[in-house]
Amino acid sequence: MASQATDPDRRGWYRRNEIAVTPWLFLLPGLIFFAIYVIIPIFQSFWISFHEWDGLGEKEWVGLANYERLLGGDRKFETSFWNNVKWLLLYLLAIPMGLFIALFLNQTVFGIRIYKSLFFFPFVISQVVVGLVFSWFYLPNNGLFDVMTGWFGIDIRGGVLGNPDTATYGIIAAGLWPQTAYCMILYLTGLNAVDPEQVEAARLDGAKGHKMLWYVILPQLKPATFIAFVVTIIGALRSFDFIAVMTNGGPFGSTRVLSFYMFEESLSEFGFRMGYGAAIAVVLFFLMLIFICYFLYAMWRDEREAR
Amino acid sequence: MRSTVKASLAALAATTMLAGTAFAGSHSAPLTGELRIISDMSNPAPRAVMEKLAADFDAMHPDLTVNLEIVDREAWKTQIRNALSANPPDVVNWYAATRMTPYVDAGLFMDISDLWAEPEFEALASTKGAMTLNGAQWGVPYTYYQWGVYYRADIFAELGLEEPKTWDEELANCQAILDSGRKCYTIGTKFLWTAGGWFDYINSRTNGYDFHIQLANGEVPWTDPRVRATFENWRQLIDMGAFIDDHQTYSWQEALPFILEGQATAYLMGNFAVAAMRDGGLDDSKLDFYQFPVINPDVDYAEDAPTDTFHIASGAQNVEAAKAFLRYVTSPDVQTWINAGDALGQLPVNANATVSDDKFIQQGFDMLSNNAGGGIMQFFDRDFPAEMASVGMEGLQEFMVFPDNLDDILERLEEARQRIYN
Repeated sequence: MASQATDPDRRGWYRRNEIAVTPWLFLLPGLIFFAIYVIIPIFQSFWISFHEWDGLGEKEWVGLANYERLLGGDRKFETSFWNNVKWLLLYLLAIPMGLFIALFLNQTVFGIRIYKSLFFFPFVISQVVVGLVFSWFYLPNNGLFDVMTGWFGIDIRGGVLGNPDTATYGIIAAGLWPQTAYCMILYLTGLNAVDPEQVEAARLDGAKGHKMLWYVILPQLKPATFIAFVVTIIGALRSFDFIAVMTNGGPFGSTRVLSFYMFEESLSEFGFRMGYGAAIAVVLFFLMLIFICYFLYAMWRDEREAR
Repeated sequence: MRSTVKASLAALAATTMLAGTAFAGSHSAPLTGELRIISDMSNPAPRAVMEKLAADFDAMHPDLTVNLEIVDREAWKTQIRNALSANPPDVVNWYAATRMTPYVDAGLFMDISDLWAEPEFEALASTKGAMTLNGAQWGVPYTYYQWGVYYRADIFAELGLEEPKTWDEELANCQAILDSGRKCYTIGTKFLWTAGGWFDYINSRTNGYDFHIQLANGEVPWTDPRVRATFENWRQLIDMGAFIDDHQTYSWQEALPFILEGQATAYLMGNFAVAAMRDGGLDDSKLDFYQFPVINPDVDYAEDAPTDTFHIASGAQNVEAAKAFLRYVTSPDVQTWINAGDALGQLPVNANATVSDDKFIQQGFDMLSNNAGGGIMQFFDRDFPAEMASVGMEGLQEFMVFPDNLDDILERLEEARQRIYN
């Protein structure tokens, strides 16, 4: 009996597999919730996108018809897609602008903490408030921006947000304000971690100005740049709030992006075409997947190099 | 043990059934239990009305508890779906005409044709059509209001203008107003629906009510020459510069200062705008109302008069109390007080109710009773199916800003029509 008790194979199953099983037990609650609220709904969206459904009655199987309509010349979709591209490209301006402000603020002057927090302020206030403030700023006739362009003799017909050629850029500019602040704070923390000895050594070697920045500082800021890139891309793809507050997709739908179009089709007052909305969601999902795959690959590569 | 539970359940069921038939037999039987109402009357004045309605009805029926929940009016437009499908209340607010279709088709509104067959409901005959879908009635109206042109009487007097009766007089008036350095009409099309009002009027005045409803029902292509004629007429005003600039950036409220400050002289709007204009300092000597002028003398006047309604959910638990509440809301006395000038300030749906002596309500009542022979429209976004309405109103807004895009807009709407109605 005594020899049996010390025999490792006679221990309980859990005891034998403790090291392998315990992490999974700790992960289990998170995995269950992630599956219920994220993974399963993704596949439900795929399923719904093959149907025509008003959210109330019976689903009607339509196969790929939603995708045929969506990708076969739906002009709202095309507008939304190109607006998304504009958002993605122009939103990246937040990174160099954030870097510039961070470099500017990274000095020891009296009261620098106050300046830093003032520059960070736009990120703290709600996106809805930023959108509202900018829409007043852009108002035709009375808006400050219209007055300022008036000094140069430029008159934008309908105001920035009322003109289909300028509205999207106007909203992106509003979005850049808080996003720049966000990138700035990332770079400020990154700058704290820059090795002063390397800077010293570079200075002895005669590096100055933009060469110092490009070859010595920036490589050390690479982790901050990566995170800034990730949050900016994500911010650009979920630009929903600004559009909803500032133009509501207008004028005549020229400022829609895919997420807003998806909301309009499926959940807005005149929407409830769940199948079509789900099809847009699926397309948006695959667009995001491209970026997600790149981020995952980049992180995996970094980890491997670090080992 | 199990059998006793079963037996008592059966007995309970039998008694409730008996009670149910007893209630159905007579209206005077006391109402019991709970009546759950979800209302979208969330603006201050309507909210007070709804709360008093619920409290009064509760007081009338000692054994009945009225449970009222008021939801934000805009939010309700999307929340109603969840409210009706999961744990439905007994009574809800909604809108008349095509706006009811999704809920009727999904079986979420109760067919209350039996209520409409009661003699008291003959007084509501004028609104019966708007409550009818598939040959049955699905709710009761509780208020409606007229649309029309609200104008600055003082500016008209200053320029020596009369209320226009015909399109030519309208255009001549507008030219005189423009010459005085003002705009003829204020409008804010940011949220699109205001442009729908203009289309309703110009289209029904150009082609008549029947054509307008055919278009709403998808029976006429948008590229039809008669639709183009409507846009031609509208374009006359646009080309004159009759509307305020940059209207696509304003909501209807943001467009109000133009008429309050006299930069624009008129506003095509629903009667609900009167309260805001009075608050903005226009008393009855400065503000007046006229019916949208005749364009085509061969067609009769048709008017926008949106109707707000009460419905019983098909999953209602207390149907008897719900029906009693609908009878109560539409009764002449209640109709008189809820639509009075100090309450909703709109038109009562019951012919036996007294119309408030407010100047605009009186004019609207007179217009709708005596001068709307063509028919009553519910409004663009209630007569057209939801998807057509949203695509359509976007096209109307674009037309008002870039009238040259008309061909492109009409082709897009026609494409949408062919897809939506089949």
